[in-house]
Amino acid sequence: MSFIRPVFRHPESPKNDLGYTRQYYEGALSTLCAGCGHDSISGAIIQACFELNIEPHRVAKLSGIGCSSKTPAYYLGNSHGFNSVHGRMPSVTTGASLANRKLLYLGVSGDGDTASIGMGQFVHVIRRNLNMVYIVMNNGCYGLTKGQDSATADFGSINKSGSANLFQNIDLVGLALELGATFVGRSFSGDKGHLVPMIKAAMAHNGFAFIDVISPCVTFNNNVGSTKSYDYVRAHMEATSAIDLVPEKEEITTSYAEGSTKLIEMHDHSMIELHKLAEGWDPTDQHSAVQKLQESRNKGEILTGLIYVDTESKDLHDLIETVPQPLNTLTEQDLCPGSGTLERINGEFR
Amino acid sequence: MEPTNIKDPEYFHKVVDCQYACPAHTPVPHYIRLIAAERYSEAYMVNWESNVFPGVLGRTCDRPCEPACRRVRVEEKPVAICRLKRVAADNKGDVKQYMPQGPFAPNGKKIALIGAGPAALTVARDLAPLGYELHIYDELPKGGGMMRSQIPSFRLPMEVLDEEVNFILDLGIHQHFNTYVSSMREVLSKDYDAIFVGTGAPRGRALTDLPGYEEVKANVHVGIDWLSSVAFEHTEKIGRRVLVLGGGNTAMDCCRTSRRLGGEEVKVVVRSPFAEMKASPWEIEDAQREGIPFYNNHVPKAFVAENGKLCGMTFTKVEPVVDENGKRKMVPTGEPDVFFEADDVLVAIGQENSFPWIERDLGLDFDRWDLPVLDPVTHQSTLPNVFFGGDAAFGPKNVITAVAHGHQAAVSIDIFCTGKNLHKDRPDPMTNLVSQKMGIHEWSYHSQVTDDHRFAVPHADNALALKDRKLEVELGFDPATGFKEAQRCLNCDIQTVFSESLCIECDACVDICPTDCITFTVNGEEEDLRTRLSAPANNLTQDLYVSDVLKTGRVMLKDENVCLHCGLCAERCPTAAWDMKKYLYSVTKAGHQCFSEL
Repeated sequence: MSFIRPVFRHPESPKNDLGYTRQYYEGALSTLCAGCGHDSISGAIIQACFELNIEPHRVAKLSGIGCSSKTPAYYLGNSHGFNSVHGRMPSVTTGASLANRKLLYLGVSGDGDTASIGMGQFVHVIRRNLNMVYIVMNNGCYGLTKGQDSATADFGSINKSGSANLFQNIDLVGLALELGATFVGRSFSGDKGHLVPMIKAAMAHNGFAFIDVISPCVTFNNNVGSTKSYDYVRAHMEATSAIDLVPEKEEITTSYAEGSTKLIEMHDHSMIELHKLAEGWDPTDQHSAVQKLQESRNKGEILTGLIYVDTESKDLHDLIETVPQPLNTLTEQDLCPGSGTLERINGEFR
Repeated sequence: MEPTNIKDPEYFHKVVDCQYACPAHTPVPHYIRLIAAERYSEAYMVNWESNVFPGVLGRTCDRPCEPACRRVRVEEKPVAICRLKRVAADNKGDVKQYMPQGPFAPNGKKIALIGAGPAALTVARDLAPLGYELHIYDELPKGGGMMRSQIPSFRLPMEVLDEEVNFILDLGIHQHFNTYVSSMREVLSKDYDAIFVGTGAPRGRALTDLPGYEEVKANVHVGIDWLSSVAFEHTEKIGRRVLVLGGGNTAMDCCRTSRRLGGEEVKVVVRSPFAEMKASPWEIEDAQREGIPFYNNHVPKAFVAENGKLCGMTFTKVEPVVDENGKRKMVPTGEPDVFFEADDVLVAIGQENSFPWIERDLGLDFDRWDLPVLDPVTHQSTLPNVFFGGDAAFGPKNVITAVAHGHQAAVSIDIFCTGKNLHKDRPDPMTNLVSQKMGIHEWSYHSQVTDDHRFAVPHADNALALKDRKLEVELGFDPATGFKEAQRCLNCDIQTVFSESLCIECDACVDICPTDCITFTVNGEEEDLRTRLSAPANNLTQDLYVSDVLKTGRVMLKDENVCLHCGLCAERCPTAAWDMKKYLYSVTKAGHQCFSEL
């Protein structure tokens, strides 16, 4: 088995505005199973960061425990990273974000790490609208412990040993919408054309951006009867729209039929461009999103795409009114302005 | 695009760039792996079957394989293929036991081979085991042709050449050395079933019309004739000051030989600019290492005599100028002529074919360049029982081309003698495609790509080398360095083979490929597809491997250009839709495959 990736790259590899090739955003060689959906998500994260001209040292990648949470080793080798405790990635990210609000926080988690042990953390980080991208690599099973059904396994989905799941599933997208998440999307690891712009849009969002990525487990949950297999997901995807993120400086050039396209201006003035939009559908209206999600669930479809976005979102730092400067850079002088200032303040209350 | 037909023997052959570029199509990566495994005798035999003279070619080949090496497309220098061949030859054991063992049951056919150079010897080797009675004629006392007469011993030791020529002669070839064939009519009148002509390009161009030539001609020599007379020890000395005219490999051999025969001030004077010299870069380097200066852009003007004896030459200085039609011309600079002193002049400005012994009324046609009219595939002349090969066929080339010609001519002669059609009944090349999977993520070849740079070959000490004409200058890799150099090979013959029916389109191969070779996209025209791949596919000489339509309606596209054959796509493939398969391509050979390395 190869554990060394050759050093050679394509001699004409494209460079981004920073002069980096995609290689600069790579990590170590993956040790996940061959064909794991998670590796494709890692590939999509690399591609998104490359295309957005992100400086790797401005990114912190965080994770909990599980197959999914191993992946930060496999992308952005030049970024900061924290592989935290099982289900506790949101707390660690919250702490990190409070200390330094200037970094881009990219958390990855799995269905077990989020919907089981980490459920308490997940709902609270949504409630606080922490400014981060939260990707769930959702394969509906506990791959690291040989494929038991997880909390996101669909009711009736058949696992590799042939038994159907007896329990109702937790739909993380529905839950996130219910709790007021300000950016909610769903994508599929087997469709990079969709996943890469979705990650880019999430990175442009100010506030909590949640993407549920269906990521088939080739070893334990890619069998006939599983609702998280490559074939099943491909056959049952119902896209709300195709998505594109256009940076602020670029002009939008593509044109589509009237009514089928929607432009959404993001906090950083880049534009999300949605085209081939589903009928009677407004991704900026939470009610419409909840309704659409319910409809497709009733039809047995998997709704993908940007499901809801609130562009006016206020993130945790806005809500608690911290100073713009990262807290970890405040000096003693900033924090303890001295007795003169104290006396002046006290004087105001005399 | 249509799905790639990987059953076409030439498709995967083309992916093995070195083998494809080799005129004899020697399976290079195959023998390089054998060298890495210290299986030198087997490596030698793979070569011997394909190119007949591994020891000779491991020292003197023109190496068309090396510029083609895939490695130059991802880093600076190719694998030292030629020098690895020599490692196999230097370290081989008793290889004779693996060669066809005579005497062979006669098939009643009798063939004449005119000339005993690489082409004719190849024909002899290919036909002898089939039972042909082979008669080889050469005016020189020993076999080898230009390999013996023109390649100096300090590049090719006599023992190496003797051994490989004798491997062939020992197959029971009837030898007629020291026999100059002066009439084709006479050969035709004998009872030969077919005649092969491999008489090379024996005439070196001279400068007899240059002013002053007549007076000094005793000290003006034609390069190839002079080298030959040195090789056969008729010439043992040259003057102190020597001018060598010409910029090809013969000129390099002339100047270096002069340095060993008493030439102290040896200069190479060339008409063209340095960058356009025809000599192989490594031969130029070797000459420079021996302290020989090059004077480029100098056109010979006249021989100068003093007291009836050569004292030097004058040259006109020129420079390259591009005219309005975009054609480059050498135009005099107007500077005063240059005079170089000389005691001897060696003229090495090209050689040409010459067939004074072939009567022109035999029905054997010649074209306007006085070359025989031949079928380019079968090498058959307009006289159906006469075949040509080597430099005699299509003009001066090199040893490896002569060998390739020999194989094809042997196939033709064999078909001709059995009364079949030379085109229709020509056998196909032998091909073989076998999976190299040994287990999960395990291959039978060393799939890791090493990032070592090309290793340099050691040379004999200059002072010693210049004293002894027969002391070999290049010393070859020792086995340890040979191993390291062999590991640089990218194993381009281990093909990435894709099975549509197994693919689940998980993208794992796309993500892992270090050189972005693989793309899954909607099919289109090639021109359009080349712009839509993971990385630019601008090398139009390299094919795109296209699959049939997959479940999602897309196709798999692989740009073969910079594939490292690292096997990562196949390792990351959960369904074995990618497999690494070793492709062996053996050129059509005469008769049945009575000896094969497998």
